[in-house]
Amino acid sequence: MRARITFTKQGALRYTGHLDLHRLWERAMRRADLPLSYSQGFHPQPKISIAAALPLGFSSRAEVVDVRFNEEISTEEIASRLKDNLPVNIKVTKVEGVDERAPALQTQVLSATYDVHLTEPVDKSDLTRKVGELMMSESLPRERRGKSYDLRPLIETLNVVTEANGKVSLRMTLSARDGATGRPEEVLNMLDIEPEYTSVERTRLIFQA
Amino acid sequence: MLTPEQIETKLDHILLQVQKPGRYVGGELNSITKDWNKAHTRVALVFPDVYDIGVSNVGLKILYDQINQRDDALAERAYAPWVDMEALMREHGIPLYALESKQPLACFDLIGFTLPYETLYTNTLNILDLAGIPVRSADRDETHPIIIAGGHSATNPEPMHAFIDAFAIGEGEEIIHDIINTIQKVKGLALTRSVSKSQRSKVNKDLRPSTFDREALLRELAQIPGVYVPKFYETTYLEDGTVAHTQPIIPEVPKLVNKRIVAKLPPPPVKFIVPNIEVVHNRVSVEIMRGCTRGCRFCQAGMITRPVRERSVQEVVDAADAAVRSTGFEELALMSLSSSDYTYVNELVDAISKRFEGRKLTVSLPSLRIESVSIDLMDKLKQHRSGGFTLAPEAASERMRRIINKFIPDEDIINTTRDIYTRGWKTIKLYFMIGHPSETIEDVQAIVYLCKRIIDEGRKAAGWKIKLNVGVSTFVPKPQTPFQWVACDTRENILEKQTLLKRQLLKDKNIKLSWTKPEDTLLEAWLTRGDRRMAEVIYSAWKNGAKFDAWDEAKKQEAWLSAFEEHGLDPAFYTHRQRRTDEVFPWEHITAAVRKNFLFQDFRQSLEGQIRVDCRLNCFACGILPTFANLRRENPGEGWKCPDVKSPATVTSNQVSVLSDQLPVVGD
Ligand code: B12
Ligand code: SF4
Repeated sequence: MRARITFTKQGALRYTGHLDLHRLWERAMRRADLPLSYSQGFHPQPKISIAAALPLGFSSRAEVVDVRFNEEISTEEIASRLKDNLPVNIKVTKVEGVDERAPALQTQVLSATYDVHLTEPVDKSDLTRKVGELMMSESLPRERRGKSYDLRPLIETLNVVTEANGKVSLRMTLSARDGATGRPEEVLNMLDIEPEYTSVERTRLIFQA
Repeated sequence: MLTPEQIETKLDHILLQVQKPGRYVGGELNSITKDWNKAHTRVALVFPDVYDIGVSNVGLKILYDQINQRDDALAERAYAPWVDMEALMREHGIPLYALESKQPLACFDLIGFTLPYETLYTNTLNILDLAGIPVRSADRDETHPIIIAGGHSATNPEPMHAFIDAFAIGEGEEIIHDIINTIQKVKGLALTRSVSKSQRSKVNKDLRPSTFDREALLRELAQIPGVYVPKFYETTYLEDGTVAHTQPIIPEVPKLVNKRIVAKLPPPPVKFIVPNIEVVHNRVSVEIMRGCTRGCRFCQAGMITRPVRERSVQEVVDAADAAVRSTGFEELALMSLSSSDYTYVNELVDAISKRFEGRKLTVSLPSLRIESVSIDLMDKLKQHRSGGFTLAPEAASERMRRIINKFIPDEDIINTTRDIYTRGWKTIKLYFMIGHPSETIEDVQAIVYLCKRIIDEGRKAAGWKIKLNVGVSTFVPKPQTPFQWVACDTRENILEKQTLLKRQLLKDKNIKLSWTKPEDTLLEAWLTRGDRRMAEVIYSAWKNGAKFDAWDEAKKQEAWLSAFEEHGLDPAFYTHRQRRTDEVFPWEHITAAVRKNFLFQDFRQSLEGQIRVDCRLNCFACGILPTFANLRRENPGEGWKCPDVKSPATVTSNQVSVLSDQLPVVGD
């Protein structure tokens, strides 16, 4: 069967990268005694696919992983067996069954929403003005790893938000399609905000309906 | 001192600038974070190398469990930050902290280093410095933690005597509790003296510093059997630079510090830390037995971890199962110094393959004897086997085999390796050792001949695809072994021998050769038999920039040589000098319970090419039984492999029954 698990990734696990997260899930499945499927061949690989790599240092409230099992198991059973077998900084928030023939998870991601908490005090009106200008512009030509591209179409929404504690943060939805992925750091750079003085959390992944 | 919250904030600013930031954040499954304020005694356990290597260390894992099982204490972990991280920590004023609570190391009561090998010494100094703790014991006061160290290198603690407050000699399972209890006793007394009841509730952290007498505490610690507190001893030297003697300067401490052992191995740890990043060993290790009776004369571990104590098959299999379940690791290492000698090795292998049938798991069974039975064992684990087959003949000529007391005839080696290739293994790894002072170039040449024969015979039996990996290390004479008297080979000789091996073995494309750099060997050789004066050399080498000495990337030969020069010491004195037979060693006042006269007799036998058989067949009274007679009497039976002790007890039932003035004498 194929199951889709939504989970959080916080705290120390912000510093665990994509490949290590794969291994982490493989071991978690083994601890939970869930019958993980493996590919055929000389070096069997576990059938685990994570929707979209989360950059190192970001936390997330909604990562998604697809896992295939050799047997049918109820989603409740999966959730309950995983519960005590994950490191403290991962919590499963949802488990659902998925059609075996549904397209690969990675190809279905459209965009991602991020909350960027600013750890240093900022002038909110100034920031709001800058955000406005950014969103008004036709194009935002930039360069990344020697390639030029336009950041503007990758930004779907961008807002300045005041949190309950009075602190200012930015909320943005960026495209996350294959070959068209917007990165929060690039947006921050356009706003003259040093990434070191922020903490970024992915709050949602948006998939094709 | 920064608070954990401040440290975490600072870390978030720098962690994305370092390689593998996951090394520095903790949060691993099976790590234990206790309430800081509820623990009376807080212990930081340190493996002074990078996280990737240290995290899987079994010795510290045992101590971590022992301490965390207590309600009144907590144990956390720290490792050496890699150079990139160290630079940023220094730049941002972040002191070294423990991974669980992020409390600075300096806020703990006790810091315990493990020193399994000597190349960790400079890192130990560096870690103390990074933690903001004075590097020298003499500069510490009541505001600083007590610094202790254990592990194999503690059997010659002298080179580190200036930096470590107290050494734990031998096994840590019980002594760690004695140490914690003593700290609580001394600090507790201090608390009742100076703190009123109302204050006591908010005690721990704030009042700890000024409320105990460090000197008094160290005195108490020095009276625990197996604890060595260097500041209560003094060394004098003869004119030739060798030690005259090392003696207590206060009456309460023993003249001879005897190692500690446990009569029965306690249940093995099963809740191993599961790192959130890739590390060197992603595996669970279960010790099947401790100690070795083979008596290879070069092997320090074989001499200092006696006696042999075995776990039952049931205990090992259950622990392995529990450990695999609690970690999800894909590899299981059944650990011992000599698996073939485990009494029920067949039963063990059967039970393991049955228990893990159909599960994805690689099982390693190290240190197998060179005989067909070993292949049968590995065959039984077929479903779980990994890559190659490893054997350690160590020497290739009959003469050398007699000298080192590891006697395996060529024919056995050829037959076994042929059989391994025939039964489907493509790669065999062989370990050899060069550099014994009696070794001639013919003995080295014999390694070449043997390897060629092995691969030729293998090809005849199994075709041209087979491979042979040859690892040649260089012998380092170690303290507390029969070879503690002999000289270490010179750089020139080592290079000549290695050149011969390279030239002749690398002609064959299917033979791979690896060797130890002479610089690494010499560094280890200086340190392992060093005396108290080496402490200054270590200090200066560290000041000169030496650290991560076990790593190729960080070679600091220059730093060491100039440190020797600075202190007017000759490196060759420590390495290339054959010791006098009546020499008093720098570690003379420390014993692993294998007596000096036994070692000396064994050394003489080696010169005569005499083999000494496995002491399970014939007890040689090496010193273990006399030392631990009472313990053995109270723990009869087959788990412990020395003969039973039947005679009535002479001394009251004390852990260590050897009298402290019973110094071993050379020559019998
Ligand atoms: C696992 C292992 C490794 C692993 C280490 C993994 C890790 N993170 O620990 C790896 C593969 C990295 C390794 C490497 C090496 N190893 Co190694 N390794 C072992 C092995 C198989 C097990 C060690 C172990 O866990 N023992 C069991 C535990 C329980 O014992 P312990 O650690 O000594 O701890 C006990 C006491 O010493 C004490 N204790 C220890 N620390 C402290 C601290 C305090 C405060 C206290 C109170 C007590 C205390 O309490 C513990 C419980 O009783 C041993 C063989 C063996 N079976 O022992 C060889 C062994 C230790 N290794 C050895 C060698 C030579 C090496 C290398 C130098 C090989 C090389 N040439 O490269 C390297 C050195 C590392 C380097 N960076 O280059 C030798 C040591 C030789 C000697 N001392 O005579 C051994 C004995 C094997 C042998 N027979 O040759 N090794
Ligand atoms: S006392 Fe005898 S049996 Fe025990 S380790 Fe020593 S020599 Fe071997």
